[in-house]
Formats: sequence, structure tokens, C-alpha cells
Amino acid sequence: MNAGASLEVLASEAEFQDLSRSAARRDVSLPYLRRRGRGLLRIVLPLALLVVWEIGSATKVISEETLPSPATVVAQFHQLIATGQLQAALGISLRRAALGLLFGFAVGAGFGLLNGASRLGEEIFDSTMQMFRMIPFLAIIPLLIVWFGIGETAKVVLIAFACVFPAYINTYAAVRSIDPKLIEAARVFGLRGRKLARTVILPNALPGVLVGLRYSMGVSILALIAAEEINANSGLGYLVSVAQTALNNNVIVALVIVYGVLGLLIDAIVRVLEAVLLPWRPSGVRK
Amino acid sequence: MAASRHDIAVTVAEATKSFGERRVLDRFDLNIAQGEFVALLGVSGSGKTTLLKILTELERVDDGVVRVPRARSVVFQEPRLIPSMRVWRNVVVGQPRAQATRAAAEWALEEVGLVSHANAWPLTLSGGEAQRVALARALVREPRLLLLDEPFASLDALTRLRMQSLVTELCERHNPAVLLVTHDVDEAILLADRTVVLKEGRKTLDLSVDLPKPRSRANADFERIRRALLSELGVPSLESDHAEPRLSVAGAQETG
Repeated sequence: MNAGASLEVLASEAEFQDLSRSAARRDVSLPYLRRRGRGLLRIVLPLALLVVWEIGSATKVISEETLPSPATVVAQFHQLIATGQLQAALGISLRRAALGLLFGFAVGAGFGLLNGASRLGEEIFDSTMQMFRMIPFLAIIPLLIVWFGIGETAKVVLIAFACVFPAYINTYAAVRSIDPKLIEAARVFGLRGRKLARTVILPNALPGVLVGLRYSMGVSILALIAAEEINANSGLGYLVSVAQTALNNNVIVALVIVYGVLGLLIDAIVRVLEAVLLPWRPSGVRK
Repeated sequence: MAASRHDIAVTVAEATKSFGERRVLDRFDLNIAQGEFVALLGVSGSGKTTLLKILTELERVDDGVVRVPRARSVVFQEPRLIPSMRVWRNVVVGQPRAQATRAAAEWALEEVGLVSHANAWPLTLSGGEAQRVALARALVREPRLLLLDEPFASLDALTRLRMQSLVTELCERHNPAVLLVTHDVDEAILLADRTVVLKEGRKTLDLSVDLPKPRSRANADFERIRRALLSELGVPSLESDHAEPRLSVAGAQETG
């Protein structure tokens, strides 16, 4: 009888949850860690990977031939920088990627805006865009060599071609997803044509356009490597292909790390753009 | 309403509109005098939205006469603010450059009690605040015709009451012709000088509300008008006396 009563008390207590501040603080949950450590959480996993790599190399579990140790790679970086090879290659490669991105993104986002906003534009251009979209950019490298030779033009055109479609698809979707009621209201209040495009459609499609930019930037690096590894006598991809011929793993790993850092850089650039261009979004507003 | 042509803000005569086979407006007539507050009631699909689109130039009639003041504006059910523009810019959006000033926006925001939010982004506002900004956006155009498309429908009960009295007050001060589209019979009787029922594209009831303001639901005339409107809208009165047979409320006054 007594035991039964206390059991009942326990059960009813379990039905409640203490949400007061002092109780919640004891709960070291992920959101809690995020609030405390902010940017810190971002670098935990990369650091852990580095530690595993170092331990693996030091204990000879990972042989130097499979993957050079962090120390070897750092030494390799020193050498690449001291000889000026890395800076030169990076400069040339980034210039190619940026030029290709500029043209490709402009064409893709331009057609995305046009076809998203105008039925006529969509009917004229969309089927063609969908057709070209399905062509792997690697497949047109031989054609580009025939057309433009092996100079800078062929590389920039290849990168531009690859960048068009992520920009197009995302911009088109962004314009299409603007609430038609918003556009209707803007029309009622006298916004039409260009003014409507400038004040309503463009700014409100911008979040999607930036998603397209993020993808296009990623693809520009991808196309850059493809272009440089196949025919080039300068740039990051050229360094990799030379190292490959010489079976020099140290250089290859060092340059793979450079590509990874470029990925981080792209992410950072788009984040800054989002913060600057989209102050009105709830995520930006909360700060 | 014996008003001269000059006092008439809105003239709709024999307006007809079809979408394919479906006739959405069927020789619909409606006059609204300057300063008059008309509530338009109708079930979904009765043609209310089409009428509003015609009055805002988003649709054209197939046949008939539609004459509206150039200075007109709308408050929709949703605030429909442009998220990428600050509140004050939303208020003066689409206005000619000379009138799209911060001072003009602040004047209108003052009217709805939100001048302190002039610099805010729309997505940070509550539903009621956003709707007041939408009201300021309508007011800044100094409309001679104010179209209200169920502007209170998505507000919570308390905010709705506050908005209703705000709208009444502002309409009395600025004296536009008002067309309020609503599902809410009580709201129509509380606010309007006249209620019109739209059914399958035709006007089936046109009823003046000659009650002193502020109005109370406790008034017997209020209840009489309410029953007439509800039965016209096809809702049998639930609160009717049990002695009274339910069918007797169905006899409605029909007008042409």
C-alpha cells in the first residue's frame, strides 16, 4: 500500500519538466555549445581530422607514400612559397576562374531573371538552356581546343560555360518563387515594368541568386582544375599535373589543401555578400 | 442615396465578367457616394475578388460601365509589404518621386501609430503592425476610394477590434468612399453605412444600416439586419427562438 503510493508520486513527478533557467543550464546541449562557442564549433572537426592525420603518420599507421605527414606537407608549402611557384600559380588560376565566373554568372543570372519574369523569354530560351545544361562541361574540352586553341580563351570559355547553369537554375527558381500576391500589390500601387523589376523582383530574388553564385563559384574551381590539368603551362592544375608525372605526392597533397581552402574562401565571400546585400532577412535582422 | 454625379465616387453599372464559360459578374450595379462606407458580403466564389480586381485595374470588365477615382488604394488580407524595403519606403512605394518622401511616410505612419517603426524591416513586425503599415501605405495616397479586402481576417481577435476602430476613425477623418469586402456579417454591420450581398455574380441584397455609431450588437435593429444578411448568405439562424420555425427566416428582401 505504502510502496504503491510513493510509486504514484514518482510517476507524477516524471510527467513534469523543469524549464526554469537554472535547470536548463545544466543541460549541455548542442545549441548551448553553439551559443557559448559561436565560431569555435566550426573548426572542431577540421582540427580533429588534422590530429588523426598527425597521429596516423607519427605511428606509421599511414605510410609516407600513401599520405605524407602534416610536417612534410608544411615543409612542401614552405618550398612552394619560397620559390614563388604557389603565388604565381594561384594568381593565374584565380584570374582564370574569376573571368570565367564573371561571364558565366552574368549570362546565367541574366537569362534566369529574364525567363523567370517574362513568359515570352521563358518560351524562347528555356528549352535551349535545358538542353545545354545536360552537356557535361568536360565533354566540350576537345571542341574548345579546336575552336580556341590551347590559350587562355579556351580555359575561360570552359569555366564560363560550366558557371552558366547553376546561376541560371537558381535565379530562375528564385524569381518564380516570389509571391504573386506581392507583385499584384506592387502593381496596384503603381509599380510596373522596369520599376517593378528593380524594386520588387530583383531584391526579392537576390537570396536565390546568391545561392546560384555559391554553386557557380564552386563549379568555376572545378572547371578550372579540369582546364588546367588537360592543357596548360601555368596555374595550380599545371603544378598538380607536373607533380603527378613526377609521382610527387607531397605537392599533390599541398595543392589539394589549397583547393579546400578556396572552398572555404568561397563560402566566406558568399556569407559576407549575404550579410551586406540581404540585411532585411530574418537571419540578418536577428543580429 | 440621392447624390449628384459629383458626389458619386464609384459607379459600376451592368458590369459583366466571364472566365471561359463561368460568368463571375452578371450585370452588377454598385454606386458608392463620396464618404460612404459600403460593406460587400458574399460566400467564397461569389465574385467579390473579381469585383475588387476590376476596381483596382487588375482585370477589365467584358461589358458595362466602371468609373472610379484615380486616387484609390487597397488594403489586402495579408499586409503584402515588400520584405527588402524598410517600412517607410514600403509606405510610399510607387508614389511619384516628389511625394515619396520620408516626411510623407512618417505622416501616414503617425496616423496608424507606428512612426517609431519607420526604419524597421517588414519581417520584424508582428501581424497587426504589418497590417497597420499596409493601412498607412493606403492612406499616404490620400485616396478618394479605399478598398478593403478582408483586411481584418487574419488578425487575432484583440488586434482586429483595435484595427476596426482605427479604420473607422481614419475613414471619418479622411472621408474616402470605402468598399469593405468581408465574410464577417457582424463586422459589416458594425462598420458600414450600407451592406451589399453578392451572390453568383449578382447583387441580391442592398441594405442601409441606419444605426447610430458606435454600434452595439445588443441593439435589436442590429440583430434584425444580421438575420436578414445571414439568411441571404444561406446561413440559417442558430440563435433564433425555438418557437419560431427555422424556415421563416429564409424570406429575404430581394432587390434588383
